[in-house]
Amino acid sequence: MSNWIEVGQLEEIPQQGSRIVKTKDYDIAVFRTINDEVFAIKDACPHKQGQLSQGIVHGKKVTCPLHNWTISLESGEALGPDEGCTNVFVAKVENGLVSIELV
Amino acid sequence: MKEKLVVIGNGMAGIRAVEELLKIAPDMYDITVFGDEPYGNYNRILLSPVLAGDKTIDDIMLNTLSWYEDNNIKLHVGQRVSEINRIERTVTSEEGIVEEYDRLLIATGSTPFIIPVPGHDKEGVIAFRDIRDVDTMLDATKQYQHATIIGGGLLGLEAANGMMQHGMKVTVVHLVDTLMERQMDTVSGKMLKKSLEEKGMDFRMGAQTAEITGNGRVTGVKFADGSSIATDLVVMAVGIRPNIELAQKAGLHCERGIVVNDTLQTYDPRIYSVGECVQHRGNTYGLVAPLFEMAKVCANHLAQMGIGLYEGSVTSTKLKVTGIDLFSAGDFIGDDDSEEMVMQDASSGLYKKLVIKNNKLVGAVLYGDTKEGAWYFQLMRSGQDICDLRDKLLFGESHLGDSGHGGDHIADMSDDTEVCGCNGVCKGDIVKAITTEGLFTLDEVRAHTKASASCGSCTGLVEQILESTLGSDYETPEAKPLCKCTDMPHEEVRVAIRERKLTSINAVRRSLHWQTEDGCPACRMALNYYVQSAWHNEAQDDPQSRFINERAHANIQKDGRYSVIPRMWGGMTTPDELRAIANVAEKYEIKDVHLTGGQRIGLYGVDKEVLPKIWQDLNNAGMVSGHAYGKAMRTVKTCVGKQWCRFGTQDSTALGIKLEELTWASWMPHKFKLAVSGCPRNCAEATIKDFGVVCVDSGYELHIGGNGGIKVRATDLLCNVNTEAEVLEYCAAFIQFYREDAHYLERTAPWVERIGFSRIEEIVVKDEAKRKHYAQRFLEAQKISQVDPWRERATGGVAAHEFASIKVINN
Ligand code: SRM
Ligand SMILES: Cc1cc2nc3c(=O)[nH]c(=O)nc-3n(C[C@H](O)[C@H](O)[C@H](O)COP(=O)(O)OP(=O)(O)OC[C@H]3O[C@@H](n4cnc5c(N)ncnc54)[C@H](O)[C@@H]3O)c2cc1C
Ligand code: SF4
Ligand code: FES
Repeated sequence: MSNWIEVGQLEEIPQQGSRIVKTKDYDIAVFRTINDEVFAIKDACPHKQGQLSQGIVHGKKVTCPLHNWTISLESGEALGPDEGCTNVFVAKVENGLVSIELV
Repeated sequence: MKEKLVVIGNGMAGIRAVEELLKIAPDMYDITVFGDEPYGNYNRILLSPVLAGDKTIDDIMLNTLSWYEDNNIKLHVGQRVSEINRIERTVTSEEGIVEEYDRLLIATGSTPFIIPVPGHDKEGVIAFRDIRDVDTMLDATKQYQHATIIGGGLLGLEAANGMMQHGMKVTVVHLVDTLMERQMDTVSGKMLKKSLEEKGMDFRMGAQTAEITGNGRVTGVKFADGSSIATDLVVMAVGIRPNIELAQKAGLHCERGIVVNDTLQTYDPRIYSVGECVQHRGNTYGLVAPLFEMAKVCANHLAQMGIGLYEGSVTSTKLKVTGIDLFSAGDFIGDDDSEEMVMQDASSGLYKKLVIKNNKLVGAVLYGDTKEGAWYFQLMRSGQDICDLRDKLLFGESHLGDSGHGGDHIADMSDDTEVCGCNGVCKGDIVKAITTEGLFTLDEVRAHTKASASCGSCTGLVEQILESTLGSDYETPEAKPLCKCTDMPHEEVRVAIRERKLTSINAVRRSLHWQTEDGCPACRMALNYYVQSAWHNEAQDDPQSRFINERAHANIQKDGRYSVIPRMWGGMTTPDELRAIANVAEKYEIKDVHLTGGQRIGLYGVDKEVLPKIWQDLNNAGMVSGHAYGKAMRTVKTCVGKQWCRFGTQDSTALGIKLEELTWASWMPHKFKLAVSGCPRNCAEATIKDFGVVCVDSGYELHIGGNGGIKVRATDLLCNVNTEAEVLEYCAAFIQFYREDAHYLERTAPWVERIGFSRIEEIVVKDEAKRKHYAQRFLEAQKISQVDPWRERATGGVAAHEFASIKVINN
C-alpha cells in the first residue's frame, strides 16, 4: 500500500543540504542535490546512528558528521570499504512540491 | 565509438596507470592489455617475502583475472608483443594476435642483466625478477645445499636472505668493498655486512666473477683471481636494463630507456610509456614510487584532462630483510659544497648520516633505527629550508616535541598493539589490510581500516607500518593535491584564487577544472575558507560547505544534540552572566554544566531546535557565541596578573580581554587559541598556544606556534615588545599572515614547522611595512566578520530552516 506524504516546497530545502521529516518512530532526512534531485533516507548512519541530515551533501552522497562515512543517497549504502545500509524512501518533486512515500 | 587503448606489459606501472585512468575516466577507452607472464598483475616487490616464506603468491596478487573482466579489460595473458606497427597503429603478439590502437602505453619494465661470462647460460643460473625465478629458487632449496648470489645490492641481499631462510648455505659475491654501495656509504655498508654475517651469510667482497663452471648444470663459480667456490645455484642480481627492445624496433627514440617528456609521451605522441622502461629527463628508475607518480600523470593525459606534469622523483630505499633496519635516500655521499651530520653508536648498531646542501637536506642514510626515515624523506622532497631545525635535525622529528605518540619500533610491535586509539585499529589489522587488499597509500589504508582517519596523530606510525610492510616509500608526489577532486596542491589553488580573483567555490571549480561536479567535503570546506580569506569583502559564505558545527554554531555531540559555550572575555565573568547561565540551564533542563578547558562554562546536551532560544536568553544578558565549535578564534586564557598576584608584572587579564576583543569571531584555517600570563610562571599556559603572551618586567614576550592537543608543541619566542599596542599589532599581523598562508586544517604548530620560523619572523617582526600591511588587512576583515552569529540566528532570522524540521508526521 503506497502512502505518499507531502513534505514541503523544494525551495525550503537548501541545495546541497537537507531537512528533517519527523515521524513517530524515527526521523527521515530529505536531501536536495546541486542538480535539484531529491532523495529521502532514514536519518541514521549505519555506523553509529549519526544524523545524516547534518552531513555534507556532495554528488548523490552524504558524508556523516560524526565519523565521515559516506552514504549513497540512492541506495542508502555506505560507500567505499565501509559496510552498512540505511533505509531509503522514494521521493519525488511535482510542481515544486516534494513528497515521499512511506511504507 | 570509443577510442582503443592498448597496454603492453601487465606489470606494476602499466596496470597502475590503467587503474588511475579508470578512476577519472572509466568509460573513455576500450582497454586491451598484453602481458607475457601467465598471471594477473602481482606485486613484484613482495617476491622477496614470498621467497623468504613469509607470504604466498596468492597474497601478492594485485589484480586477479576477474578484476580485468569486471572492468571490461581484454587481457591477453602469456602473450608477448613482438611488433608495433605505428603506421597501421597495430600491435602483434608472437602468437599472431593483432590489436588496433588509438593510443598505446608501453610498460614493459626491465630485464635483469646477466653477466656474459662463460657458462652464464648453464642450468641453475637465474635472475630474480618474476614468479618463475622464485619458483626455481624454492625448488632448489629442496634439492640443494649451496647457493651463490652474484651482486650485493638490494635485490641480491633479499634473495640471499630468502634462500637462507630455507636452510641453504649462501655466499654473496660482490664486485666492490661496500654492500649496496648505491644506497650505503662505507660505514653503514660495513654495519650491514656485519649483521648479515651474524645471521650466517658468507661474503666474497671485491671478487670479480670470471666463469661459471659445471657440466650442464652449474657446479661452481671461478673468480678473476683464480680462486673458486662450489655451488648448486647461481642467482645473478647485478642490475637491470630498461626493456626497450620493442620500442627500439618500432623506431621510437630510445637512449638507455624509452625517452619520454613530462607528460610521459614518447616521440610518437600517440604512444605513452611508464615504468622502468622509461628514461625521463635523463633518469631511469627501479623503484615503484616514481613509477606510480608517472602512472598518475600519464592517466591524467590519457583522460585528456591535460593537467599535471611529471617532473622526476627523489627515491628512497629500504631493505626488506627481517631484523635489519636500513633506509637510504637521495645524495648520501655529498660533495665539496655539502656538509654532513653523522651520529654513530657502533655497539648498539646505530648509524645516521645526513647530507645538507644550501640549507636543504639532500640525502640520508639510516641504519639500525629508521623510524625517522619518512620525515627526512619528506624534508628532502619538499626542499624545506632546515635552518630552523638544524640543532634538532639529527635527533629526528620525535624530538621536535611529540609526546606520547610515535617512537615505537615497528618491527618490535606485536600485531595486537593498538596503533589508532580513536578507531581501535591494531598493527596486525593494518598489515593484513595492506597485504590482502593490495594497498599502497596512506589514503587507502585510511579508507580500509580507519587507522589515522580521525585525529591523525598516528599517521606517522601508519606510514611506517606501510613502509615496513611494503619495503619502500610509495606515497606522495612532491606536493599533495588538495583532495581527490584535483591534482593541484593547496598553494597553487590559493594563488589562483588571488590572481584570477575567484570569489566563490563554484568559480574555483570551474576555473581550475575540478574533476567532480560539486566537490567533496574536504575541498568544499577548504575552498569556502580560501575564497573568503582572500576576498573578505566580496566572497559569499557557503553554509552548505561548512561542517555542521559551523553551520549550526554549536558543537554536535555523539547523540545528535549540541553544546553551548558562551564567550567569557579573557576568562572573566560576572554574577549577571553566571545567573543567566544558571537560568538557562534550569529553564531548558540542561543536565551537564561543565567548566571547560578554555576557562569558560559549557552547557551540554541541547536539542537543536532549542539553540536559538538559549542564545536569545544569553544575548539578553550580554553574552555572545564563544565559537567553541569553529575553525576560528576560540579563547584567550589569562591569569589574574598584576591586579592581584604578588608576582604579576603587567595587567595580563586586561590585555587578554583586549586581545579577545580584537580577535573574536575570526575564521581561521584551524582552531586558534591565545593566552596571556602575568609573569614567566606562566599560569595561563601561554607557551602552548597559537599566540601566547608572557608578561615580563620590561614588557611582553610574544610566543607563537604552540598547542596542547594531540601533539604537544611548545611555542617559539617570536620577539619582545614594550607596549600593549604593539602586542595587538603583532598579534593581528601574525594571525593574518597565518590565515593567508596556511593550508586549511593546518594549525599554527605544523604550519610554523613547514614554512620555517624565520619566514614568520621576517614578515611579522623584521619588516615593519609587511607587519602593518597584514595587521591592517586583519582589521578590515574583522569589521565584516565581528557579528554575533547567535544573535543573527536567535533574533535576526538567519538560517531559520537550520533549526526546524520541515514536517512532523504524528500518526
Ligand atoms: C568543550 C571542551 C572540553 C571541556 O568541556 O572542557 C572541548 C571539547 C572538544 N574538543 Fe577540545 N575542548 C576543550 C578544550 C581543549 C583544550 C584546552 C584549551 O583550550 O586550553 C585543548 C588543548 C589545547 C590546544 O588546543 O592546543 C583541546 C584540544 C582539542 C583537540 C586537539 C587540537 C590539536 O591541535 O591537536 C581537538 C581535535 C581537533 O581540533 O581537531 C579537540 C576537539 C574537541 C571537540 C570539538 C571534538 C569534536 O569535534 O566534537 C570536543 C567537543 C565536545 C563536545 O561534545 O562539545 N580539542 N581542547 C573544551 C572547550 C574549551 C572552550 O571553552 O572552548
Ligand atoms: C625481488 C624484487 C624486489 C623488489 N623490491 C622493491 C622494493 O622493495 N621497493 C621498490 O620500490 N621496488 C622494488 N622492486 C622493483 C619493482 O618491483 C619494480 O620497479 C616494478 O615492478 C617495475 O614496474 P614496471 O611496470 O615498470 O615493470 P614490471 O613490473 O616488470 O612489469 C612489466 C611487465 O611487462 C611484461 N612485458 C615485458 N615485455 C613485454 C612484451 N613485449 N609483451 C608483453 N609483456 C611484456 C613483463 O613480463 C612484466 O610482467 C623489486 C623488484 C624485484 C624483482
Ligand atoms: S572532549 Fe576532547 S579530550 Fe574529551 S573526548 Fe572529546 S575530543 Fe577527546
Ligand atoms: S555515525 Fe556516521 S560515520 Fe559514525
